[in-house]
This record gives sequence, structure tokens and C-alpha cells, in this order.
Amino acid sequence: MDILVYIESRGGKLRAAGLEAVSGARKLADLTGGKLNALLIGTSLDAMAGEVEGYGVDRLLLAEHPDLENYSPEGHREALLAAVQESGAKLVVMSASALGRDLGPTVAARLDAAFLPDCISVEYVEGRLTVTRPVYAGRCIMTLAATAWPAVVTLRPKAFLAAPREVAAMERLPLSVSLDGKIRARMLEFLTEAGEKLDVTEADTVVSGGRGMKGAENFQLIEELAETLGGAVGASRAVVDAEWRPHSEQVGQTGKLVSPTLYIACGISGAIQHLAGMRSSKVIVAVNKDPEAPIFKTADYGIVGDAMEVLPALTKALKELN
Amino acid sequence: MNIAVLVKLVPDTEASLKISGDRRYIDKSDVNLVLNPFDEYAVEEALRLRESHGGKVVVLSLGGDEAVKALRNSLAMGADEAIHLVTPTGLDIPGTAGALAGALRDKGFDLILAGKQAVDDDCGAVGPMVAEMLDIPHISTIVKLDVDGGELTAHREIETGIEVFRTSLPALVTAQKGLNEPRYASLKGIMMAKKKPVTTIEPEAVTARTEVVQLNYPPTRPPGKIVGEGVEAVPELVRLLKEEAKVV
Ligand SMILES: Cc1cc2nc3c(=O)[nH]c(=O)nc-3n(C[C@H](O)[C@H](O)[C@H](O)COP(=O)(O)OP(=O)(O)OC[C@H]3O[C@@H](n4cnc5c(N)ncnc54)[C@H](O)[C@@H]3O)c2cc1C
Ligand SMILES: Nc1ncnc2c1ncn2[C@@H]1O[C@H](COP(=O)(O)O)[C@@H](O)[C@H]1O
Repeated sequence: MDILVYIESRGGKLRAAGLEAVSGARKLADLTGGKLNALLIGTSLDAMAGEVEGYGVDRLLLAEHPDLENYSPEGHREALLAAVQESGAKLVVMSASALGRDLGPTVAARLDAAFLPDCISVEYVEGRLTVTRPVYAGRCIMTLAATAWPAVVTLRPKAFLAAPREVAAMERLPLSVSLDGKIRARMLEFLTEAGEKLDVTEADTVVSGGRGMKGAENFQLIEELAETLGGAVGASRAVVDAEWRPHSEQVGQTGKLVSPTLYIACGISGAIQHLAGMRSSKVIVAVNKDPEAPIFKTADYGIVGDAMEVLPALTKALKELN
Repeated sequence: MNIAVLVKLVPDTEASLKISGDRRYIDKSDVNLVLNPFDEYAVEEALRLRESHGGKVVVLSLGGDEAVKALRNSLAMGADEAIHLVTPTGLDIPGTAGALAGALRDKGFDLILAGKQAVDDDCGAVGPMVAEMLDIPHISTIVKLDVDGGELTAHREIETGIEVFRTSLPALVTAQKGLNEPRYASLKGIMMAKKKPVTTIEPEAVTARTEVVQLNYPPTRPPGKIVGEGVEAVPELVRLLKEEAKVV
């Protein structure tokens, strides 16, 4: 069965989640014995097309249009629908990033498709597409099967590894998209906090602080540790609600889902809604002065102690290591 | 302005959940069910818009008898009318969206609000799907909303910042935390909610496109270790991160 994967980009750059989706889709193409079609949307796509080479795409469709420079649900939807038509794909794959969480259901509704969102694994056995996905904020894992075609699948960022993969040759094909009057919701501007900070969802290391940090000023200790590790700063909801940190840093059910290689929770109790956002991290470290704090049940390594003392010592020791 | 809000009743996020014997459902008998937190933001925003623009707020919920609680809670917050789409067994996501879209079509709503996601199935799909089915524009995961004339401006939260979108009405938006601070229902609101109308509709049966095979508990993480206490434990932690976990 032929597959179409949408490769996410922003501002002329591929997003890591885009290549992860390609690898997830490649696996499905192998299992179904189909061709892997991929789609880039935007302007000046040639440079990005080169970067897609080597990830197992059989055919790359390029939807270039000045009105597709920024994301819009309707513009991207039209490009996706044109690509589905062109490729004959019965299965559409994309990342469950902020963009994919919006575009996936939008496209699924137009295709009258089965929708399997936010998957952490995908299988195709004897004609049946089966996925697993966290539900109830990660308190359960659902195994879900498609019972109709076409199907739209979104893959949770970081659940699939972007893996190089050779195929005979990647064919490139321009895709024309007609947008006349289609885009009703348009992006006017993009607001971003000071500079291009590394986002928690993309970082390999996340150092998060909670109410136990006692005040906004002590987040300097978190920032220094994050910087030493080349990581990003995260926060619990308690400190976001207290306005010590911006909401963009909140990890958890009402914040962001992260799965870094290393997650360090400092002065965070480990409430279920916080765990929902970070429990799939590879290695979890907790620093908390209460030995009974629930976070220690989820952490791989814990230090019982005052974060204000432990953090500077940890930063120093890690600096010496490098 | 006529506003519709989609609301769902979900298990309290604190509740520990028990998977049913056939492993396909959550045993809801002992679980505290609440209005989906993202839907609270949606209801609150609708009430604020009604306060500044006039009009009425209609809440819709699809589900079994329990859905009435989501409607009553929303009415108690201040919504004017409620519609219960009765489906004793749950529908899949496109089925849910289709039934809700059917109930909303041609009813003259200027704005439809939904939650960013329901914290049970965690799909985040019903809002955009309903918009597509009604062929109206949508903006999801918003943290700020302004409506003036026949247009709206909304701040959509993404990983790296805020996308400011503008569109014409009618439109659909989905609410993210940060949009507002939902009010508590007053005692008077709760009393009045009992008298407000709840219309019931039986949506047409639809064929599901997905099937839940199984629910499982997440794999438990291997027990971690407390490395030690205070600053003295730091060298050992660094050693473990380097040699055992190989992450630094
Ligand atoms: C619907 C809903 C959604 C939610 N969504 C989220 C979400 O997305 N993200 C989220 O994080 N929360 C979320 N919450 C809130 C969650 O339930 C907790 O209230 C919150 O995570 C607590 O934050 P905290 O751990 O920073 O604070 P606390 O629970 O107050 O914990 C502070 C911790 O710091 C420790 N401590 C104190 N002093 C020190 C010190 N000097 N050194 C070291 N440790 C110290 C304490 O022992 C304690 O364990 C949500 C709640 C609800 C109801
Ligand atoms: N059964 C339902 N009845 C009414 N609204 C719903 C229902 N299911 C989902 N919604 C709405 O759609 C949003 C997203 O839900 P979901 O796509 O299931 O995560 C919710 O926050 C509600 O606003």
C-alpha cells in the first residue's frame, strides 16, 4: 500500500519531527510493500529536498506556493489533498507536533478517513493497521486498529528515530496546488520569546524547575545547568501559574509533552499531570528535599536535598567533566 | 453573537484508573467525572464574549447519561441552553465529530468553541474535524481571542512561540490553558442550571473507522535509586549518568 508522509518544515528548515515521521512511514512502507511518497510544503524547497535524500523516500512531492510560506490549516490541507490524489496513497503519516495535531484531523475529516493520532508505535499485519497511543495523560496505553481506509496517522515526536536509509533513487516531482479563495484563516505574524531559544520539545536534555525552586530568581540555577548540558529549561504548572516562568516552558498535561534523553526535575513533586508530559524521557533524575516525593518513584536517579545547594554543585561537576 | 461550545465529561486527572475486565474500557464506576478542563476554558471564553457582544451560549455534549453532568456544569457556569446528543456506546473520533457537526449545521452559530483536547482519549481532533465538516475555518490551541465585527484574531500556541491568526466568522477555535481563568459556578448558577432547557437528540448511527483493541497500563519504569543526600551525592550521580546511563 502506498504511503504519503508530510515532512514538517518551518522558515525553510526541516523540523526534526519531520524526519522522524519519514522513518515511521518508511517502516510502514516496508511492512505494506508500498512506495513511500513524501511531501514538502512551502517556498524555496530545493535545499530541504536535498536533506530528505538518504531517509528512504521513493518519491518527493514539492508543493511550492507563496501562500504556503506560513502554516494555515486550509492551505496545508489543500497541499496534502493534492498529494494524496497524486500519489494514490491510502495511508497518510505526519508528526503529532503542534502543526500535525492541527493538520492531521483537518485532512482526516476531508478524506473521510480513520484517524489514529499521537502514536508511539505502528504495525501492519495481514492488512490491518494497528497502533499504540498513550491516553488518559499516559495512565493507559491504547492499542487501536483502523477498520477502514484511508487512514491518517500522527506520530508522537521523539517516539520514532530519524534513521538514514538508502533507496534506489529519490524521484522529485513538483506538485501544483490551487488555493484560490481556500485560505480563510491566515497567519498575520509569529511572536517568539527573546531569540530562538531551544524548545523543550526538541531538546535532548530538559532541566525543569518546580515550586521547590522557591522563586523566579532561583531559576538561574536551572538555566545554568541546562546551558551546561546544552539543554532547554522546563517548568511545572505551579511555577507557570505563579508567573515565575512562561507557559511555553510548562511540561505536562496542559503544557508540552517531552521525551528527552535526560530529564532533570528540580523541586518538582511529580504530580500525575506533570508525569504525563515527561514520563517517556529516557533517563529521569530528580532533586527534591522530600524523600517521600512521588517524583522519586518515576526517577531513575534521585538526590534528596536542597536544590539550591545541589544544582550549583551538579553544574560545576558537569563542567569539569567536559 | 450566537456561540456553541462542545463539552465532554472526563475522569478527573488525579484519579487512578482501573481497566475493565475485557480490557477495552476504563471502569468508570468509582471515578470522579468532571468537565474536561480545556472545555472549561472554552465555556468561560464563550461567556465573556456573550457579556461583551450579547447573544447566547449553547453547549453540546455527546455521550450517555453522564454527558448531562457536563451540560449542567456548563449551564451552572452561565451557558443558556444545552443539547445532549445521546449515544449509549461511544463513537470513534470522526463519528463524534460527524454527529456534533450534524447538530450544529445551519443553526446560525457565529462561533464554535471546543477544548484543545479531551483528557481521556487525548486526541485533540474533534474541534478541527467539526470545522472541516461544517466547512468553516478553524484555529486550534489558542491562548488569546479577540472578536470584532465579523472577524476574529486568535493567538495559537505552538512549540516555539505564538502564531497570530485572523479569520472571518463563522469559525471554530479550540481552547488551550492560558486563554482565561474559568469562573466557578455560583450557588445561584447551580440552582438556575436545573431549570435551563436540555434538548436531547439521537444522532444517526455511523460506522466506526477505528476499533479499540486493548487498553493496558503503561510499562512501569524499573525502580530508580536514591543516589544519596545533598551535595555529597553529586559526584556519584555524575558518575552514574556518565558510566551507567551514558547520557552525559
Ligand atoms: C487539569 C490539570 C492539569 C494540570 N496540568 C499540569 C501540567 O501540565 N504540568 C504540571 O506540572 N502540573 C500540572 N497540573 C498541576 C499538578 O497537579 C501539580 O499541582 C503541579 O505539577 C505541582 O507543581 P510542583 O511540583 O512544582 O509543586 P509542588 O507540588 O508544590 O511541589 C514542590 C516540590 O518541591 C520540593 N521542594 C521544596 N523545597 C525544595 C528545595 N529547597 N529543594 C528541592 N526540592 C524542594 C517539595 O518537596 C515538593 O515535592 C495540572 C493540574 C490539573 C488539575
Ligand atoms: N463526546 C463529545 N461531546 C462534546 N464535545 C466533545 C466530545 N468529544 C470531544 N469533544 C470536544 O472536542 C474537544 C477535543 O476532544 P478530543 O478530540 O476527543 O481530544 C473536547 O475538548 C471537546 O470540546
